[in-house]
Amino acid sequence: MRRLFLWLPLAVFVVFAFTVAVSLRSPADTNIRSRMIGKTVPDFALEPAVASHPPLAAAHLRGGRPRLVNVFASWCVPCKAEAPQLMALKRGGVPIDGVAIRDRSEDVARFLADWGDPFERIGADPASRFQFALGSSGVPETFVVDGKGVIRHQHIGDIRPEHVPEILAAYEAAK
Amino acid sequence: MSLRPSLRGAKRRSNLGSGARAAGLLRFARNGGVVLLSSLLLAVPAFAQSALPPERYAYAPLEDSRQEAQAKALMETLRCLVCQGQSIADSDADMAGDMRALVRERIAAGEEPEAIRAWLVERYGAWVSYKPTVEPLTWPLWGAPVLLVALGLYLARGRFRWRKR
Repeated sequence: MRRLFLWLPLAVFVVFAFTVAVSLRSPADTNIRSRMIGKTVPDFALEPAVASHPPLAAAHLRGGRPRLVNVFASWCVPCKAEAPQLMALKRGGVPIDGVAIRDRSEDVARFLADWGDPFERIGADPASRFQFALGSSGVPETFVVDGKGVIRHQHIGDIRPEHVPEILAAYEAAK
Repeated sequence: MSLRPSLRGAKRRSNLGSGARAAGLLRFARNGGVVLLSSLLLAVPAFAQSALPPERYAYAPLEDSRQEAQAKALMETLRCLVCQGQSIADSDADMAGDMRALVRERIAAGEEPEAIRAWLVERYGAWVSYKPTVEPLTWPLWGAPVLLVALGLYLARGRFRWRKR
C-alpha cells in the first residue's frame, strides 16, 4: 500500500502531461456561440442605416418566411470577403436583411456600392445593442431566422464558398 | 489591442517621402530592426475598429458614485467578447466600450447588477461572466481545496504524532 502511494505523484504528473499534450493538439474553439438559437428574436426596431434601404424591425422577421440576418459593418474586412457569397445566396432567392454595426450611413452606402448589395432592409446598430440582444459576438455573423422569428442557425465569421451549402440547408430547414 | 499602436506607427511612416522612407528603412535595417520591421509590416489587425466615436458611458463614469461603483464592480467580472482574455473594464475594443455603456445605462435606470449579468449569460452563456457559479460542472472547483486540505492534514498527522513522542 505504501509503495503504491509513492507512485501517486508520478501518476498525477503523467495524467497532467497527457491532458496538456492532448489539449495542445486540438486548440480550443474560441467562437462564442449565441445561446439565442432556438429562441425568438427579441422585440426591436432599428433606425435606417442608409437612405436607400428601409430599416429593420422585429415584425419583418415574423413574416412567415425564413430570412437571413447578416450582422456586418463597412469597417470589417471579412465582411468584404463574404460579399460575393451573400450575392450568390440572394440570386438563389434567399431574402437577406442587414444590421450595420457602429456604422455611418455614407460608409454603408460606399460599402454597398463597392462590394454589392444583397440586402432588402438594413437597420443601424450604432451602439451594438441589437448585436448584444442577439448574442452575437462580432462581425460578420449571419443568422437564419424562421417565419415566426425564431433563430434557427448562427454562422460565425465570413461565409466562404464552402459554407454556402450549410447556410442553404439551414434556410431550407427553417421553412 | 496591442496591435493598434503598431498600426498607427506604420501609418505615420507612410507619410514620409519615398526617399526619406528608403533611407530610414536602410538605417532601421542596419540597426538590427529587421525583425521588428517585418513584424510591423506583417501585422494585420485582429479586428478593425469602427469610425464612430465611443458611446458616452463607455469611458465616462456615472454621476452617482454609488451606482458607478456598482457598474465598475460588474464590468470587472464581465468578459470582453472580442479580446477574450480581458474584462470589459480593461479593454479598449469598441465592443467592450459598448458593453460598458450598456452596463452603466442599465444600472442608471435602476437595474440590479446581477440582472444585467443574467441577461448577458442568457445570450452568451456562463462564458461571458468571470464570476464562478456553483453548479455540478464547477463542484470539483469548489471541492478541490477542501479535499486538498483534508489530504494535507492526513499526511501531516503522522508527523505530529512523532513529535509528541
